[in-house]
Amino acid sequence: MNHSNHVVSTAITPESIADSSLVAPEPVAQYALGLGDDALVLAHRLGEWITNAPELEEDVALGNIGLDLLGHARSLLTYAGSAWAKSEDDLAYFRDEREFRSHQLFEQPNGDFAATIARQLIASVYFVELYRALSASTDATLAAIAAKAVKEVDYHLDHSVQWLQRLGLGTEYSHERMQAGLDAMWPYVDELFRDDPFVAEAGDAAVDPRTLRAAFDAIVPRAIVEAGLLVPEVPAARGGGRSGVHAEAFGPMLAELQVLARAHPGASW
Amino acid sequence: MSAVVAELTRDEQAVWDIAATVVDPEVPVLTIEDLGVLRSVAVEGGTVTIDITPTYSGCPAVDAMRDDIVSALRAAGYADVRVRQVLAPAWTTDWMSEAGRAKLEAFGIAPPLPARAGGAVNVGLGIRCPHCGSLHTRQLSRFGSTSCKALYVCQRCQEPFDYFKAH
Repeated sequence: MNHSNHVVSTAITPESIADSSLVAPEPVAQYALGLGDDALVLAHRLGEWITNAPELEEDVALGNIGLDLLGHARSLLTYAGSAWAKSEDDLAYFRDEREFRSHQLFEQPNGDFAATIARQLIASVYFVELYRALSASTDATLAAIAAKAVKEVDYHLDHSVQWLQRLGLGTEYSHERMQAGLDAMWPYVDELFRDDPFVAEAGDAAVDPRTLRAAFDAIVPRAIVEAGLLVPEVPAARGGGRSGVHAEAFGPMLAELQVLARAHPGASW
Repeated sequence: MSAVVAELTRDEQAVWDIAATVVDPEVPVLTIEDLGVLRSVAVEGGTVTIDITPTYSGCPAVDAMRDDIVSALRAAGYADVRVRQVLAPAWTTDWMSEAGRAKLEAFGIAPPLPARAGGAVNVGLGIRCPHCGSLHTRQLSRFGSTSCKALYVCQRCQEPFDYFKAH
């Protein structure tokens, strides 16, 4: 082994941020909290598929995708929490519904497998474009988290596009259900690309979501049409996830996510 | 990304050699050096600092590797050991050593093809069966038993096998 080419890197340490001197500036922490919540909530929803997916390979696939997202959530929440001396667990388990900043797309109930694929398609394109842009953040920690995440969400995107085509171009029945899945998730697309106050506050450390819309529009509608499906024409949902407004299904989901940690505060396993 | 080449001092080399014996708990034929997870070593006074980089953001094996590094160094008499996780530059399977690739294949896991610059465009290169060497193989699932693997099957010898995904 050639030891001379080992790399001394910028020391960015998501796990040990809490006890290091690396502290997120307040506006960056506020911004990272929203991104961390997006990843956490979707990871939890995907976890609900384990043992319930249409085939074993999909239990594994959705579990793996969820695990990557959970990794992003851990890094982002740990970094956000560094500004307030809070751990990733404090933020994940001990905030209430109105304190979560996640976009409403991510908390949508899984529905059938096609609805989950529709949500994954929208989410993956959003994440790919977001993390690609965020890799150039002026905040070194956010840039590092994003540069790592973008490789992973790119792989997730492949998974959703392949299923979109299989279901869209499969049988009449699979086509119908894929279309219904897209129709159910589409109202939550707009919210992903709306301006929000935390973005403006964070300046060049953040990515303005409005700048990501063109790329989304260049990719997703074409993928839908290539799968023989129709781009839904449905009114956009009101949104408000970034300011803590969530759909009815969010509460029960959060209760399940938090119950163990709240029943046994401070426990480790 | 700052990535500078550094020579190891004699003390650091000794620490590196011990840390380099730690294996991936999921793929125990690979050491963290083979994987490219072990990034750097620094010795200052009595304090040893080791930087490792996670393979995938959510990979739980990283915690086990960190504990194993601390144990290995404690056993060798280093009391004050810090293991840091470094995110940048992001890990890639291109950092896997040649020795690591050979060990993987001998273990029955097809080693990763070179990672594709600029994203996950799925190039249709054949994955070689680690059992019979045939290139006539088929992907069963893009996801496998761990974050780093996909599931394949050989069309010639009919054996299923893991492929270590290029990343």
